[in-house]
Amino acid sequence: MLSLQILANGLILGGLYACIAAGFSLVWGVLNVINILHGSFIVLGGYLAFFAYSIAGIHPFLAILIAAPLFFALGYVLQAGLINRMIAAPVLLTLTLTFGLDLMLSNAMLVAFSADFRKLILEPPLGVLSLGALVLPVDRLSAMALALALTGLLYLVLARSRIGRAIVAVRMDREAAALMGVNVRRIYAVTFGLGALMAGASGALLAMIFPISPLVGPVYLGKAFVICVLGGLGSVPGAMIGGLTLGVVESFGALWFGPEHAVTLSFTLLIVVLVIRPSGLLGRKGYE
Amino acid sequence: MKRDALAAVALFALIAALPLSGDSYWMRLGTTMLMYGVLAISWNFIGGMAGYPSFASAAFFGLGAYTGAVAQKLGVPMALAWGLAGIFALAFAAALGLALLRLRGHYFAIASLVVAEVLRELVNAATDLTGGGMGLNLPIPRLASVQAQAVFFFYAMLALAALAFATTLVVVRSRLGFGLRCIQQNESAADMLGVNTTRYKVAAFMLSGVFVGVAGAIYASWLHYIEPPDVFDVLYSVKAIVMVLLGGAGSVFGPLVGAALFLSLEELVWRNYLQVHTGVLGLLIVLLVMFLPRGLMSLRFGVWGRA
Repeated sequence: MLSLQILANGLILGGLYACIAAGFSLVWGVLNVINILHGSFIVLGGYLAFFAYSIAGIHPFLAILIAAPLFFALGYVLQAGLINRMIAAPVLLTLTLTFGLDLMLSNAMLVAFSADFRKLILEPPLGVLSLGALVLPVDRLSAMALALALTGLLYLVLARSRIGRAIVAVRMDREAAALMGVNVRRIYAVTFGLGALMAGASGALLAMIFPISPLVGPVYLGKAFVICVLGGLGSVPGAMIGGLTLGVVESFGALWFGPEHAVTLSFTLLIVVLVIRPSGLLGRKGYE
Repeated sequence: MKRDALAAVALFALIAALPLSGDSYWMRLGTTMLMYGVLAISWNFIGGMAGYPSFASAAFFGLGAYTGAVAQKLGVPMALAWGLAGIFALAFAAALGLALLRLRGHYFAIASLVVAEVLRELVNAATDLTGGGMGLNLPIPRLASVQAQAVFFFYAMLALAALAFATTLVVVRSRLGFGLRCIQQNESAADMLGVNTTRYKVAAFMLSGVFVGVAGAIYASWLHYIEPPDVFDVLYSVKAIVMVLLGGAGSVFGPLVGAALFLSLEELVWRNYLQVHTGVLGLLIVLLVMFLPRGLMSLRFGVWGRA
């Protein structure tokens, strides 16, 4: 029974992880840019939800609707104005560029919000759902459901919409897409915007569950790395499978080895998968 | 080669005269600069010559620091502990390289980036041996004065930097350096033409680890205290890269110049804008990447090593 509870906990965590990683994976897969800013975007989304609730009383689920356009705009502008100039440069340079931007953003957040951990506490609390011996906190459960819904929405956008098909086309073959009349630079900007949107939205969801501080950005970034490698790059279903896998592995790892080894376990998993299957467990180039 | 070697001897002799100033602040800056120099020179072997974006410097640095510290805690004399740190870093780099160097580009970067995180967590968890999050105190060397200690560690770091630099001079002219440049330009072609790419890359990775490991051990002895978040700081990896980019990989002196320039910038920013110093550092990195294409291009196209 204990293991069923742990499995449920892991899946709930994993749903949130999927949402964290989907945008990161998309940017990596389409732009070939590792967006070190992703972790800080998540934290910023968390602060947005926190202040929306504590100042204006806006429920975090609704705060996502505010976060989405803001983060999309932020990502779009960053990519169109800055990162697009460097997009043809080697791997190392775009990585260093986003790292520099991340230092700036996290420092700005540190000055603005201080390093204190804050927690968004819903009033009244949503309570728990008991299914037999299973106990599920409703706030986590609903956050996970929303996270999965968002990830599913991203999948639909990529699979069905005109702009989504263009994004997938650019990922598969940039030159061919350009020849077919796709404005590659605009697609890059839209993709980066979508990545930022997913980060901001998942941050708003996480704020309900975990304490936020400018210092936790790298933790989420690390998880996004692991999930991307597990699921394969640029694939939304991959991010979903990778996220759920990581959530379950972390939960059981904490049970078996102790919670202090959760990070070691996930990173060891990352290195093992990288060495055995560099393209990810589900990795393949091509369609969504 | 002769000209480079002569210039290097002159440069290091000049640096060696720094203790004559007798100023503790300058001694600390000088030691830090030499340590940064070791980081940059070491990264150059794998990043500059072979073109593999390694983020493993922090892992080697922390591993060396903890090897040296734990060895001294167990009663090994300081100099021997430093040597042990180098051997550990070398062996670790060899094992790690065999596994990770099959990856290319982003994947290699990420894999090398998380190694430091894993090591940090392991050190954090092994409380009995390493003191965990409480950190580890090191014995203070029996030297006459604080000033004498500062001078001692300065010369230790200077010797290490000189050794690393001399290794660069040798490697650039050797078969290994030639092979690494081939790998940077086109690995598949190099492989096809009979360069044993795996062996060359692992050798470069080991070179990029050994000196950093010793530098970590010297750093630990110098500060008398280390803790996991300090010595496994990912910024060590990033700084090494930024310094080489700053100096430009176009000449063998690039990493040294980059280290000196970077430290000056860092110190100025740190002194004047304490609250926002990481932000300003970030801005510098962004500006560097955007507007210093020459140093960057030389990395990409391998203008390594002048005649």
